[in-house]
This record gives sequence, structure tokens and C-alpha cells, in this order.
Amino acid sequence: MSTFQLEFVSPEKLLLSRPVEMAVIPAAEGEMGVLPGHSPMIVALRGGVITVTEAGQVSERLFVAGGFAEVTPSRVTILADEATPVAQLSKADAERRIAECEKAYDEAAAEATPEKRDAAMARLLSARAMLAAAEAA
Amino acid sequence: MASLKALRLRINSVKSTRKITQAMKMVAAAKLRRAQQRAEAARPYAERMERMLASLGAAVAGQPDAPKLLVGTGGDAVHLLVVVSGDRGLAGAFNTNVGRFARNRVRELESHGKTVKILGVGRKATTYLKREFGSRFVGEISFANKKVVGFDDAAEIAATITRMLDANEFDVCSLIYNRFKNVITQTPSEQQLIPGAVPEQEAAEAIGPQALYEYEPTEDEILAALLPQNLAVQVYRAILETTAGFYGSQMTAMDNATRNAGEMINKLTINYNRTRQANITKELIEIISGAEAV
Repeated sequence: MSTFQLEFVSPEKLLLSRPVEMAVIPAAEGEMGVLPGHSPMIVALRGGVITVTEAGQVSERLFVAGGFAEVTPSRVTILADEATPVAQLSKADAERRIAECEKAYDEAAAEATPEKRDAAMARLLSARAMLAAAEAA
Repeated sequence: MASLKALRLRINSVKSTRKITQAMKMVAAAKLRRAQQRAEAARPYAERMERMLASLGAAVAGQPDAPKLLVGTGGDAVHLLVVVSGDRGLAGAFNTNVGRFARNRVRELESHGKTVKILGVGRKATTYLKREFGSRFVGEISFANKKVVGFDDAAEIAATITRMLDANEFDVCSLIYNRFKNVITQTPSEQQLIPGAVPEQEAAEAIGPQALYEYEPTEDEILAALLPQNLAVQVYRAILETTAGFYGSQMTAMDNATRNAGEMINKLTINYNRTRQANITKELIEIISGAEAV
């Protein structure tokens, strides 16, 4: 099966750079499966799990808290704010993060502008996705 | 001439100084390697980000409602300088250089009638600049009690800058830091953050005709999220380069110190031996002339 180059980078390091068959990306408006030859896109990511398929099997599952992805027919670049392999996620961490985000959201909802509220909401949703991923693992 | 005992004490004291500087040099070399690795690890992200920004920025820059982070406020009356330096000393002229560079810049801007605000990152340049420009400081950040400076810390600084921009507290923002050329050379330099230098057209053209991207969600929304992130990346890079440069500079400084201590020990040892010989000769002369008198 044909492949494309997947590059997965976080601000602190290059996590992955190799040819893969398929990647499922949690785009802002829904999960998006990318196969070789995809039309060029730039998408924002929400919190979720990126699933990488190689040789017909799921080879990597990584949780991202948010970020961007650039898709071209021959290459996909994922700029993740923060990335953790799903197996290393901890439920306790996720729950703590949800609690923090809920507090921040309540504060933002009380006085901040709609943009700030949306940003806080996005963070909260990302934390919830982290918990869901941790529970599934 | 110093007594033998005093010389011996000096030699011993210089020897222990040499041991310390040698150990510091070794530690700095190890830390330098780690800092360099981290700086290299962060490079791919910055590069990809630049590429993405180039294709987006070109599309949005001309619009009248382009985001402030990209085009600034339009004025240039108030400058915010973010000065990044090391938190520790004993690294030669590393911190002084960036401090002096910043000082000259502040003077230059003020002689043109601009208002200057300073955000100090790292303890050394902050204390250096505070003596003269204490009233211009709007904040200071130090990582002295942190082992590793992560991206989160840079993101926090970027958030502070964004907040100030939203509150219209400055028009132009620049970053002053020691650019890491190689282990021996670090040059203080200035990089403008806001209004952002739209990545050059070449970068956008390099992507070629296939640069017709679809955006999800809209271009504006992605750009609004990408720009603060980019700011954080720039700050992070400056911090990493400063860290690497600091250890490089410290290593060089400690190497020099070790060599100087070695020279000093040689000189003192020669001096010590001469003195000792002179004493022996004197004693002999005294004995011989005493014997002759009898």
C-alpha cells in the first residue's frame, strides 16, 4: 500500500518522522482520516488521539492537547502543543487538568470576552478528551 | 620578597582555585551539550511553523482587519524590549554584552523620543539594566530556581506580551538576546516580534503552486491561534539559545581561568624555588664566613 511522510513535532522535539499509510487526526470540526494524495489543507486540532496506521495495523496512538496540521498530497505535518503516547496517559492527571480547566472556564465565563471563553472551553474539552483517552487505554 | 611560607600558601590557594574552575568547565561542557541538543530538538517545530505561517500570513497580511499580533497597532511610539540573559554569572562577558546592547538600544530609542518599556528575562541583565532604567521595567522573570526551562515558560512570557498588546501598552515589541553562533561566539542581537516580520515571500513560494490550501476552520481562526503560538516559539528559541550560549561562554571563561591559574602557579613556583635557593645560599655564606673568622 502506498504511503506518505508523517512528521509529528512538538515544541520540544521531533516525535515521529516516517512514511505511514494512514493517519486519523482530530481536526477542529471532526475526526479526519488522511490517506496518501489528500488535497492540501491546514487544519486546527482539538484535543484528541492521533492514530497512525502502518502495514495495515495501528502502530501508534498519541494524544495531542491541541495544535495544527498541514496536509499535502505527499506529506502531513502535525504541530502538536503537547503530545503523549496514549499508553502513558494517567487518569489522575487528566482529572486534575479537568478540574483546573473547569475553574478557569468559570472565571472566564464570568467576565471575559467571548474569545477567551471559547479558548477556555477548548482547553476544557481537550482535558476531557484526555480523560476519555486515558480511560480507553 | 615574600616569605617561603606566604608563597606556599599562595600556591596552594591558586591550585584549589584551578581545581574549581576546571570542574566548572567540565560541568559547563556537559550542560552545553544538553542545551545544544534541546535547541536542535526544538528546531523542526519552529521551521514547520514558519512554513505554515508563510502561507497563511501572505493571504491575510493585506487585509484591513488583520490580527494585531501580525501587523501591530500601527504606531511606533512605545517600544517593549524583552531582554533575555543568563541567571548566573561566571560566564565571561556573556551577560554584560547583552546588557550593554540593550542599554545602547534604550538610549537610542529614547533619544528619538520613544517611550521604552523593558521586560527582563533572566536575572543578570535585569539587575544590570535596573540600575539605570529601573523606572522602565514592566516585569521581570527569572528561571534561577528551575532546572530545565520548558516551552510552558516561554508560552507564559508570550501570553504576557499578548496581554500587554491587547491592553495597548506598546506598539512595537522586540526581543534582545545572545544569538548562539557557535560555542565560542555569541552575539547580542535584536529581533522584532510585533509587528511580526511576515515570513519572506521566498518561503511561501518554495511551497510552490500547491500552496492553495483548504482551511478548517477559517483562515482567520487558524491564524488567530497560530500567531500567539508562533510568538511563544520565538521566545522559546531565544531562551534556548541563551541557555546554550551561556554554557558555551561559561566553558570558555572557565577554560581561560584554568589556564591563567596554571600560569600563575608556574610563576609562583619559580619564585618559591628561587627564594628557597637564595635562603640556602645565604645560610652557606654565613656558615663559611663564620668558619673563616675562626
